[in-house]
Amino acid sequence: MPTDIRKIKKLIELLETSGIAEIEIKEGEDSVRISRHPQSSASSAPMIMVPPGWATPGYGPPSSGPMPAPVTPAAAPANETETLKGHVLHAPMVGTFYRSASPGSKPFIEIGQHVNIGDPVCIIEAMKMFNQIEADHAGVVTRLLVENGQPVEYDQPLLIIE
Amino acid sequence: MLEKVVIANRGEIALRILRACRELGIRTVALHSTVDRDLKHVRLADETVCIGPPPAAESYLNMPAIISAAEVTDAVAIHPGYGFLSENADFAERVEQSGFIFIGPRPDTIRLMGDKVSAIRAMQEAGVPCVPGPSGSLNDDDQSTLRIAREIGYPVIIKAAGGGGGRGMRVVHSEAALLTTLDLTRSEANAAFGNPTVYMEKYLDHPRHIEIQVLSDTHGHAIHLGERDCSMQRRHQKVIEEAPAPGISTVQRRRIGSICVDACQRIGYRGAGTFEFLYQDGEFYFIEMNTRVQVEHPVTEWITGVDIVKEQLRIAAGQPLSYHQDEIHVRGHALECRLNAEDPDLFTPSPGTITQYHAPGGPGIRVDSHIYNGYRVPPNYDSMIGKLIAHGETREAAIARMRGALAELVVDGIKTNAPLHRRILSDARFLDGGTDIHYLEKQLLAVR
Repeated sequence: MPTDIRKIKKLIELLETSGIAEIEIKEGEDSVRISRHPQSSASSAPMIMVPPGWATPGYGPPSSGPMPAPVTPAAAPANETETLKGHVLHAPMVGTFYRSASPGSKPFIEIGQHVNIGDPVCIIEAMKMFNQIEADHAGVVTRLLVENGQPVEYDQPLLIIE
Repeated sequence: MLEKVVIANRGEIALRILRACRELGIRTVALHSTVDRDLKHVRLADETVCIGPPPAAESYLNMPAIISAAEVTDAVAIHPGYGFLSENADFAERVEQSGFIFIGPRPDTIRLMGDKVSAIRAMQEAGVPCVPGPSGSLNDDDQSTLRIAREIGYPVIIKAAGGGGGRGMRVVHSEAALLTTLDLTRSEANAAFGNPTVYMEKYLDHPRHIEIQVLSDTHGHAIHLGERDCSMQRRHQKVIEEAPAPGISTVQRRRIGSICVDACQRIGYRGAGTFEFLYQDGEFYFIEMNTRVQVEHPVTEWITGVDIVKEQLRIAAGQPLSYHQDEIHVRGHALECRLNAEDPDLFTPSPGTITQYHAPGGPGIRVDSHIYNGYRVPPNYDSMIGKLIAHGETREAAIARMRGALAELVVDGIKTNAPLHRRILSDARFLDGGTDIHYLEKQLLAVR
């Protein structure tokens, strides 16, 4: 799964640097089509259409400019200056965040769901190993701060339990 | 050229690597622990990834975290700097198995040089002069050990095969103490390195530490960049380094340099490396090889004009070396003072916030440091906060510039060893040059 996200990323980069309007790649049963929307230059992010069952990559357009980009792109709903209320679950490791154990299967948790300490809430994938992350607090999951397929760093806020 | 490099280190060397990457148009990914978010190179990097909490074992020594960070940032190569995982063969192997370029030698080379016994054997086979002693490790046969010691001649030194850098070694002055010292060193080695294997060498009582810098590419070319004298040490930690080594002739340099280059080619060395020797009574004796960029690389860069870190990146990218041996000339003299956040008399660490930092300047002065006004030196890592490097047409000129730089340097808010450097720089024996590795501790510091 993670290699596919990287492939998609590379395809996006290819699309952006070339004059191509649309790319479709078929690999056996799987296919992905990426097309550039004929819009104003303000929207440079290509639209990504993937078959159902694939993890949606949470990658925004690559950030440019002198400020260093933490690996988590601005797609996350929490903005940097906001103080998060409630108990924040932080990433205990670096990797890629997934909401479910495998593509197409049910996410571990939904907003509004109650969790107990020790309940699995998500997966962080690192080096081809899928690590189940458990809730360290009991309560209701009120917010998800990262998107499915998004790279996360150590200590990054993932979700809020109140 | 490599598109994106992960810098798996911190402090001044991380900044050094970032600067070289920037010059070559390589995008940088700064890995850092939670307490290192405000490191200078982290602020300057193109991307950053927090890889763990402050303890090194959970961050800078955390192999999965580092490789994972390289994965999520889609990096191409990993530069390990010095210390931490830079000479960990398992790490190098895992990096390569994960599909990344390890900026350094091949894992089996690191393994060969990491075991001090196999390193010496490989060097002996390559014709590199070594310290007198058997090329193998000591076995359980006490009679055999006693005989070896008699053949070498006392004093001898017993060293841990898994050690290095001054750790896990003990001197034996007479036969009476040999067997008990052997047992002691074995248990210490087992506790510290997980490997009780020890070996024996002749103990040189007044050697200088002189090392040769080499660069070797993947096209079969290898060159040496001359020597460095790192004899000014305290507890096996280098305090001041200089290049070239006082008293070493061009003939000697060429001879030992080409021996090292030959050895590199024989073992298929890749990248930057340093052959460390003890030099006594005109003879060089190999002790170990460091398979990474070293702290003191700037003095070599000054006298040869070669950017060693850029060459590392070029070699890792598969490019040939930028220089032939006949293009390398030693010009002038360079000194480096390691600046540590420590009490200048007690040598205890002195972390804290730097309230006022003023760097020296002027011709021939280079400051390799990550500190800035308001930077907080964390207590979790080694105390080196920077390096002050001075270059001059002669050794005297370099010393005069270094004195000037030390007078201009201001670091308030924490204690530093700048006063120790000022003392050494006005010491008569240092000014003469050629002091041995015991001088700083046994003579200069012993006098109060």
